[in-house]
Amino acid sequence: MSISDDVWIIGINMTRFGKHPDSDLIDLAARAALGALADSGRTMREMDVLAAGSVMDQTGVVGQTLQKQIGQTGIPVFNVTNACATGATALRTVIMAIKSGEAKFGLAVGTEKLSGRGMLGGGSRAKDDDIWEARGRLGAVAPIDGRLGTDVRPGLFGQIGLEYAAQQGLDALEAFDVFARISEKNHAHSTLNPLSTYQKRFTLDEIKNDIMISFPNTRAMCSANSDGAAAAVVTSGEVLKTLPLEVQRRAVKVSASVLRSDPWTEGNQVFPDINTLTRDAAALAYEQAGIGPKDLDLVELHDCFASAELVHYDNLGLCEPGGAVDLVRSGATWRDGTTPVNVSGGLQSKGHPIAATGIANIWEICTHLRGEAGERQIAGAKVGLAHVLGLGSAVGVHILERAA
Amino acid sequence: METATQIPLVDYLVLGDEPHLVANECIQCGARFFDRRNACASCSGTDFVQVSLSPTGTLRTFTIVAQAAPGVPVPFVAGIFDCDGTTVRANLVNVAPDPRSIRFGMAARLVPVPIGTDSHGTDAVGFAFEPLEEAHK
Repeated sequence: MSISDDVWIIGINMTRFGKHPDSDLIDLAARAALGALADSGRTMREMDVLAAGSVMDQTGVVGQTLQKQIGQTGIPVFNVTNACATGATALRTVIMAIKSGEAKFGLAVGTEKLSGRGMLGGGSRAKDDDIWEARGRLGAVAPIDGRLGTDVRPGLFGQIGLEYAAQQGLDALEAFDVFARISEKNHAHSTLNPLSTYQKRFTLDEIKNDIMISFPNTRAMCSANSDGAAAAVVTSGEVLKTLPLEVQRRAVKVSASVLRSDPWTEGNQVFPDINTLTRDAAALAYEQAGIGPKDLDLVELHDCFASAELVHYDNLGLCEPGGAVDLVRSGATWRDGTTPVNVSGGLQSKGHPIAATGIANIWEICTHLRGEAGERQIAGAKVGLAHVLGLGSAVGVHILERAA
Repeated sequence: METATQIPLVDYLVLGDEPHLVANECIQCGARFFDRRNACASCSGTDFVQVSLSPTGTLRTFTIVAQAAPGVPVPFVAGIFDCDGTTVRANLVNVAPDPRSIRFGMAARLVPVPIGTDSHGTDAVGFAFEPLEEAHK
């Protein structure tokens, strides 16, 4: 293929997210991978490259372990992790292989077993030492989580959302109400998604009065720890022309594929700046795709907590600068609004099997672009954007368009 | 033999009569860091000078942690403070852990916080911020 040729998704699949007590990490990955291959009409033998990710996998070779269940063909495997952006990183890796001309077909997989895991970040606090001894880059004599602020994710993302709300002149309780409205929307959307971990609608009061995890995020406003996997098969535009017409008709064009890390900003190393890299990635993605946020028919963005969704409205340009609170209150991000966001139910209800998330959100967009989303179909969807953010930080933004 | 009776929780906390924080400042670009540096994250410069931070700041944002790792007492207010342009992460203390009693932008000052005593009798001391207006009551 020529270097400027387009990249297309020809097969994509996600498992149901939720509890899968009878499936291990590889069962889930295999189900998604075989599903994506079947969807593309290709076989494992035709894949030239595999990128696989699992954040919790300890072996470091999840891709090869998967191959041993679905086909050991000797192709190069890239085992990737990038926090919550792991799935998007696997996909991006395969897209680069296609773009380089080294591969005709590539398979990207993200898989995770997370059900029953507790809150992420912070971990458990080790007992203080018998004798104080300075350790690590901060010369800390004892664990600092809880002593110097917090490492827990609902707290960090709570701080991030509250800071944005404060800049718009809201007080903390007004902000809490805005976050609860976001959560109300996503839980309502999930009732139409059979692959979502939870499919339960909550009232605003139920969300606000749920167990408080870290103000402003109650339990209902936090992503659900779930098991799940997702996989995609990609190829070039040139190869696509040689494939059956039915495959061409259902193919989804990758109009933009962007992966970025966090550039240095003041304070970033004590308080993660998830905004700058998302803004940079969005600007690049819109430029690559030659479209703007107003052209998007639907968006799947990284609502790991309700408070995070608010800042990403602004980061992705879905509103005027500083306009995210008004956007929530206008109802525009509900599925019947002008910019439907997280019609899958988002991570709060669909669930967040970390490495699967960055491909599952692309599956959601593709399913609408193909007109196959059933009850939750966004009518006439032509273009969508998928965003994931891994704290640390990594961001993936993909813009997808349906075949003409 | 002389033994220290106090040790700071982190080495960027300076104890004594006027407890305060210090940062490693890049002499090339002015970026500040609390941790040991190999090079500057902003400009890759390798020379740093230690600077003292203002012991007062304003509250940029916060969260009230209600569920934490086992062993971490809850609830507590975890804040992000702006100390004259340098971002500091610390708990906000001497305030009710209730969103109604916390105001964005409120002025606060650094206070030492006892952590515990080890088997040598050394006291570890951390820090937090307390609201300035409350401090004068």
